[in-house]
Amino acid sequence: MIELVTRPHRSNLLRWAAKRSEVLVLGADLTASCEADGFRDQFPERFFSFGMAEQNMLGFAAGLAREGFFPYIHTFSVFITRRPFDQLAMSIAYPNLPVRLIGFLPGLTTPGGVTHQAIDDIALMRALPNMTVLEAGDATEVESMLDAAQAIEGPVYVRQLRGEVPRLFPSEQPLRFGRARLLGSGTDLAVISAGICTEEALSAVAALRSRGVATSHLHVSTLKPFDDPRLLEQIANARYGAITIENHSIIGGLGSALAEQLAEQGIGRRLIRLGLRDTYAHGASKPYLMREYGLDARALVHAAETLIDASLGIDDAVLAEHAAAVRGAAQRETLAKADKTEDL
Amino acid sequence: MTVQSVAAGIRRRVLEHTLRNNGGYLSQACSAAEILATLFLRVMQLGPSTAPLIPRPFAGVPSQNNPAALTGAGYNGPRAPDLDRFIFSPVHYALVLYALLIELGRLGPDALERFNTDGSTVELIGAEHSPGHEVTAGSLGQALSQAGGIALARRLRGESGRVWVFMSDGEFQEGQTWEAFAALAHHHIGNLGVYIDANAQQCDGAMADVMTIEPLADRLRAFGAEVHEVDGHDAEALAKPALARENTVIRERHDTAGQQDPTPAAIDRPLVVIARTDTCRGIDLLRERAPKLHYLRFKSPNEQDAYEDLLEHWQDLAS
Repeated sequence: MIELVTRPHRSNLLRWAAKRSEVLVLGADLTASCEADGFRDQFPERFFSFGMAEQNMLGFAAGLAREGFFPYIHTFSVFITRRPFDQLAMSIAYPNLPVRLIGFLPGLTTPGGVTHQAIDDIALMRALPNMTVLEAGDATEVESMLDAAQAIEGPVYVRQLRGEVPRLFPSEQPLRFGRARLLGSGTDLAVISAGICTEEALSAVAALRSRGVATSHLHVSTLKPFDDPRLLEQIANARYGAITIENHSIIGGLGSALAEQLAEQGIGRRLIRLGLRDTYAHGASKPYLMREYGLDARALVHAAETLIDASLGIDDAVLAEHAAAVRGAAQRETLAKADKTEDL
Repeated sequence: MTVQSVAAGIRRRVLEHTLRNNGGYLSQACSAAEILATLFLRVMQLGPSTAPLIPRPFAGVPSQNNPAALTGAGYNGPRAPDLDRFIFSPVHYALVLYALLIELGRLGPDALERFNTDGSTVELIGAEHSPGHEVTAGSLGQALSQAGGIALARRLRGESGRVWVFMSDGEFQEGQTWEAFAALAHHHIGNLGVYIDANAQQCDGAMADVMTIEPLADRLRAFGAEVHEVDGHDAEALAKPALARENTVIRERHDTAGQQDPTPAAIDRPLVVIARTDTCRGIDLLRERAPKLHYLRFKSPNEQDAYEDLLEHWQDLAS
């Protein structure tokens, strides 16, 4: 059974930044909510509060970066990618400045409703020249992000996770920039997942395999650049096609990026993109929303049945069994509580 | 070289250019000539230009794969801890800045021949690769925040050089400008000064009709800035607030979240000089176009002749 890690970014930031005097943290009134409070309290001379004024904060970050500092912006993803988009494009992305944008509450990971749910951030960030886009799928990747981002010359947008985060991947196997994780191979179907959807995909893929469907599974954490050849190789080998599942709109994210590559490379496989189907969401719990909008294991199994054109007889009880292998009941309860009491 | 002679040279060059191209940002030259000349001659501590007299061609947009990308900051001298930095915000004034750099000998006299030509850095609306520019500010109201970041970085490194920002009054309609002033005051950033060309004009016409920003001085004071309102064509009045600060020692600050002084001393505030200016100063003929002065394009051969005539007699006027 997997481990649940409490606030992995908070402790990792403290440890990682301790001896890097050129690293600054900029906050916009969501410092504890973005797990930067420990850094603020321990390194007050390197923490700068900008209040609820993101356009200006991004400009200050640009100026600091031009002078050789590495500003790490900490706020919610919507307030990095949506509200100050022009500032991000012109002050930071155009000059290719090493500003690191650590965005929290990706997609449906918040009950805060439509204003807090970043469902278009990957699309917006992918469209910006010079921008690199990374997404954390578990605690190990949360802990890998600072090293991964710091190694990149230009601006980096990170879809970061907070609070109670499951560890799906061994801590000695950190995120590798530009490389998908191959979690299993098969020649019937290819499942490509990212972010929190990977945990759902793990139980769905296990259920599919139990029914004899040879399924390959890849987890993506580098969304731009998007050029790992193994993604296309696995899909080319999957006779029924591929399914992407992402905590984002199906327009402009993982599914879109893959569709572009498949078309350009002339790989004629069907592709079902799971994600928000060109809709906004609303305030509710993460499991509820993932079911409502079809971002969960059940939706993935249905998509597989569509591609195979056969019923596999996998019901909720079967999926629950496979999910239990990934995560225990007590952990589900802990997470449910954490989701309800999160700091918005 | 005096502010007056440089300012007259700016107007003449921009007029000449406007005639040659049947279009130009002439009113901006009229309003800003003395402000920019004063900044470069009397206020800022800049080293000699490190950039070529003949502007380089465009070297591509900045990117990880383009080490050749450049900025135009070298025209304002080298980067050094004790030297000032100039950040040019309303880049629609680019033609005026180029004319100034020519007058100062930082750009060659033929540099304007490359203005708005394909493949040139001497762009119509300047960007960071354009001579005299350091940031890409064409989406107005973004440069002040960037200058604030530069000033904060210089303070963190203990540099004595300051950061000067030239702004237009129209940029005070953007919310980001006020966010920036709030942050400058909150973080006690006193190594930054702003000169505003308050010419009361914008693209749609008179600012009072489009969206008023007055009372600008009171607003800025309420945001924590040290504000001076001066005649923007009077070099002495323009330079005085900056010179008054020059010899003041900036006291050591401990600017952290937990230890902020609620009433920062004057030196810990941004300096603002509101330069009240006339968009037709030096070229009275322009008054016939009021209130639409943002961009001059001649409406008739007669009008063009009148401006040609003005340029021909420029020497008589200037002397």
